[in-house]
Amino acid sequence: MSRSRGAVLGIVLLGLIAPIAVGLAETARAAFGVLPALGLWEWSLEPWRMLLAQPGFGTSLRLSLVTGLGSTVISLALAVGFCAAAPGRMRWLAPFLAVPHAAMAVGLAFVLAPSGWIARALAPVMGWVQPPDVASVHDGWGLALMLGLVVKELPFLLLVMASGLSQLPVARQIAVGRAMGYGPGVAWIKLILPQLWPLIRLPVWVVLAYGLSVVDMAIILGPSNPPTLAVAVLRWFNAADVAMILPASVGALLQAGLVVGSILALWGAEGLLRVVGRWWLRRGGRGVSWAPGLHMARLGVWALMGLAAVALASLLVWSLTWRWSYPMLWPEGWSDRIWMSAVWAKALINTLILAGVTVGLSMALAVFWLEAEEGLPRAPWAEALIYLPLLMPQIGFLYGLNVVFLRAGLSGGYLAVIWAQALFVFPYVMIALSEPWRAMDARLLRVGAAVGAGRWQRLIALRLPMLLRPILTAAAIGVAVSVAQYLPTLFLGAGRIATLTTEAVTLSSGSDRRVIGVYASLQAALPFAAYGLAALIPAWWHRNRRDLRGGGV
Amino acid sequence: MKLPLVAALGLLFATPALADWAQTLAAAKGQTVYFNAWGGDARTNAFIAWVSTQTEAQYGVKVEQVKLTDTAEAVTRVISEKAAGQDSGGSVDLIWINGPNFLAMKEQGLLHGPFVAGLPNAQYLDLGASSAASVDFTVPVEGMESPWRLAKFVFSYDSAKVSEVPDNMAGFVDWAAAHKGRMTHPDPSNFMGATFLKQALIELAPDPSVLQQPVTDAAFAAATGPLWAWYDALRPNLWQGGATFPASGEVQNQMLNDGEVDISMSFDPASTAAAIAEGTLPATARVFVPKAGSIGNISFVAIPYNAAHTAGAEVVANFLLEPATQAHMQNIEVLGSFAVLDAAKLDEAGKAVFAALPKADALPALADLGPVLLEPHASWMTRLVAEWAKRYTK
Amino acid sequence: MSLELIELSVSRGGVALFAPLSLQVAAGDVVTVMGPSGVGKSTLLDGIGGHLAHGFSQAGRVLVQGRDVTALPAEARRIGLMFQDALLFPHLSVGDNLAFGLPAAIKGRAVRRAAVEAALAQAGLEGMYARDPATLSGGQKARAALMRALVADPLALLLDEPFSKLDAGLRSEMRRFLFGHLRARGIATLMVTHDPEDAAEAGGMVVDL
Repeated sequence: MSRSRGAVLGIVLLGLIAPIAVGLAETARAAFGVLPALGLWEWSLEPWRMLLAQPGFGTSLRLSLVTGLGSTVISLALAVGFCAAAPGRMRWLAPFLAVPHAAMAVGLAFVLAPSGWIARALAPVMGWVQPPDVASVHDGWGLALMLGLVVKELPFLLLVMASGLSQLPVARQIAVGRAMGYGPGVAWIKLILPQLWPLIRLPVWVVLAYGLSVVDMAIILGPSNPPTLAVAVLRWFNAADVAMILPASVGALLQAGLVVGSILALWGAEGLLRVVGRWWLRRGGRGVSWAPGLHMARLGVWALMGLAAVALASLLVWSLTWRWSYPMLWPEGWSDRIWMSAVWAKALINTLILAGVTVGLSMALAVFWLEAEEGLPRAPWAEALIYLPLLMPQIGFLYGLNVVFLRAGLSGGYLAVIWAQALFVFPYVMIALSEPWRAMDARLLRVGAAVGAGRWQRLIALRLPMLLRPILTAAAIGVAVSVAQYLPTLFLGAGRIATLTTEAVTLSSGSDRRVIGVYASLQAALPFAAYGLAALIPAWWHRNRRDLRGGGV
Repeated sequence: MKLPLVAALGLLFATPALADWAQTLAAAKGQTVYFNAWGGDARTNAFIAWVSTQTEAQYGVKVEQVKLTDTAEAVTRVISEKAAGQDSGGSVDLIWINGPNFLAMKEQGLLHGPFVAGLPNAQYLDLGASSAASVDFTVPVEGMESPWRLAKFVFSYDSAKVSEVPDNMAGFVDWAAAHKGRMTHPDPSNFMGATFLKQALIELAPDPSVLQQPVTDAAFAAATGPLWAWYDALRPNLWQGGATFPASGEVQNQMLNDGEVDISMSFDPASTAAAIAEGTLPATARVFVPKAGSIGNISFVAIPYNAAHTAGAEVVANFLLEPATQAHMQNIEVLGSFAVLDAAKLDEAGKAVFAALPKADALPALADLGPVLLEPHASWMTRLVAEWAKRYTK
Repeated sequence: MSLELIELSVSRGGVALFAPLSLQVAAGDVVTVMGPSGVGKSTLLDGIGGHLAHGFSQAGRVLVQGRDVTALPAEARRIGLMFQDALLFPHLSVGDNLAFGLPAAIKGRAVRRAAVEAALAQAGLEGMYARDPATLSGGQKARAALMRALVADPLALLLDEPFSKLDAGLRSEMRRFLFGHLRARGIATLMVTHDPEDAAEAGGMVVDL
């Protein structure tokens, strides 16, 4: 037993963690002036000086902090408010979770732009013959970027909260609270939230790390002069002046530091809130006045999800458009030309292959990891390592990782991309699968063992079929993560492996919204189909098994 | 049967260069060339796909376009490969390149060559020392990159909405004041934004000839003084008060299409006509250039020193210079990019092919585009962009 | 068929949960272990059956029909297990739940099917092979669970408060059914409970833990 866990741990360490460490080391070397490719062998602090001298560096740093922290806090507040006001199943959120960030950003950019859908709807009322000259996207404060991040992170947080809540006796405890005169919302915050927090802490950290280091969404929605730190770092890595790799490496390290620092700050805030919360709890206020606030949060969530739905609809409309100029509310001419040309077929096939292999690999690894856990102590440090790739900004180690892969002669192929994608797919699969896995009644397996079923038989004949729904849900999440990967596919595929996402982001540097619409629609459709299957297959498979039909998210 | 064979043998052994070329063709057969080219333009992507079908049929060489968001990605990739000690079998075979990226790769010794003189179709090029095909942003090409399409800076506007356009760069200040928030330029970190500034610099600099030399502190201060004064007068009236800028010329074209601005810009005089045909600009869009002329340069292809398929890459570079290929490329229904060949060196049949190309309302004749202004030395662009960032990035 | 414990003890973090226990259960007998909640009754059963979770350690020996099974994994001990919940596998039909327990040595599709049908009939579950276990009544579930344990042909059986979740009327009926089958088959049974009536009905020795 301990041997099989050792093997899984070894695979994870060697396959997932070591490359990050080595990649980070490679980046760090360049950050201190050592870049043999440019003939630089001397350690120096010159790259740091170069970075500080970059115009707008301070602003970039501030923008990253404000948008990353701001979007996390807002999403969290809305999600808590929503769950407190309207607890329940969150399955309707799956489509929003499935849409990759870049696709959502492209859709939102069109809806929000001064010449966008909202402005067009208002134009007759406001008398806007020309689009108003207001910064409704790319604004200097990063508000549009924050909005985009909130729209995308909110469904994720709601889903992890719903899955956490399904493990708690919510209704009974709320009933106890209400019997003591607490309003239902406040009873939820005082009784349920403190129990829920440990279950959602890691996902919140992931959201925070993502918000601080997002690239594709920040390019499409964020400010440009200067951009957020992550985008600035990418620009420097890609600058015509190759010496800019040096300050870019420093920026990449700094980006990693920013994430670590922010997570520590959040941790500190958690401690503080615990003290304050306890004082608040002991005061015994019944908090009836909280209800309007919670109601607002619920309305806010509905409004944001409505916006997301409109954004997705706009992508589909654009993909079928011939011409659609301001201030027309609908296209003047329709065309299915781009769909019919099937230029997207190759990228779709690549995306499917990568998603299939990466998710298969990650699922196998996750099942072995969790199975190896049986009868052994949980190893929190090992679990923490799994999630490292989600907490580490990709820009911090991908450049260095690419150098490492090149040295091993692995870059530019499917293998390297699969590996790099698995870095991010595996942890998400683990997040999705580990709770239902551990929550399964272990006595069922003991009964199996008592009638003579060995370990493999218990796994294959009992555990896997009973967990069919969460397993397929985890796989669907894995597909969504794999489809959305941009930087790993780009860096380690040497740009040769074109996926829907790399094509969509590349095309968004061009001007044809209709082509982007096609790619973004496909990009959204694929994970959506995966979620659909994840819901339908178990429903059909277990159609005559009442106890397995409900549950799950 | 005999005659063609003799002729072929004669071709093979007539000159050492052609014998080498036969070897190149033989080595190239069966190769797949990874052509790293900016992928933001669907028509260019389609043209490259067409090139692949042609070279595969004629030479057994396939072309895979590696679509870049920025050419520097390919440069970074070659540097990473060099950092990893991968000096052969590299992932980049051919790069669409010019200007600072070319300068960087040339200076770092990251290029294969010289190879241009060995291409049979080089005979159609004007390779004189001062010709446009021999100098890239004042940097001597020295056979390290091969031309493939002509680029010339032009503005586009919607003639249905705007009746008057500026005659020169100085005129943009008054125009913008009269049409507040209706124009902008791409972010100078993008080459199109940088070109807008360079265009103004050439017009406003007291002595434009210094721009052809590498930049010095003194020359920079003297040459750019009037530019910044002009820009300070222009900026407050730009779109969104000049606080933010579109990421690229293509994004600005989209803004022109959306009606958010009235003027856009491009490095391809045919792009407006092409965009109308594609439905991405209104049918009333037209092109204009400053009276005194505009910056022109040539897009090149280069081969990295560690390319895995050097022979195939040379075959593709040569195919791009084929008169028939160039005419196909100049066809407005295909790409509309102007050819880089020296018309004087074409035979009558070749000239006729070009003359027979279809026309479009928004397609300017070469004569309407005014004189070609030379690109400043690449070091000016770097300084200009850095100085702009320092002044206007808060 | 007998079950014998020799100086069996389970400890966690070096602290023993109960004093070393030695007892013998003869074939067909039901020995009852009683004690207040939290004293480690269920853990004792886990130790006997080979299901101890990580963090527990065990001393002493477990003998089934004189054979020392202490070092064997649970699936090789041939010690059956029943809880207060029926714990039928929710993804299998009632009949397949039993088939899962049927030893692989019984070969042939028709033979296996007949064995399962026969067991179902004994439990008053005729014709319920294809039923979803979730649709059975509490008593039916409990009988199906017992049959699943019995078709596996165990040498000994462990019962963990087997009747505590049944309502009063069903409880005595179920006791008669269960103990009757165990006696008839001569299976050595160890039951933990805190219901004195269970112990009385079982009729065997009572050990206080």
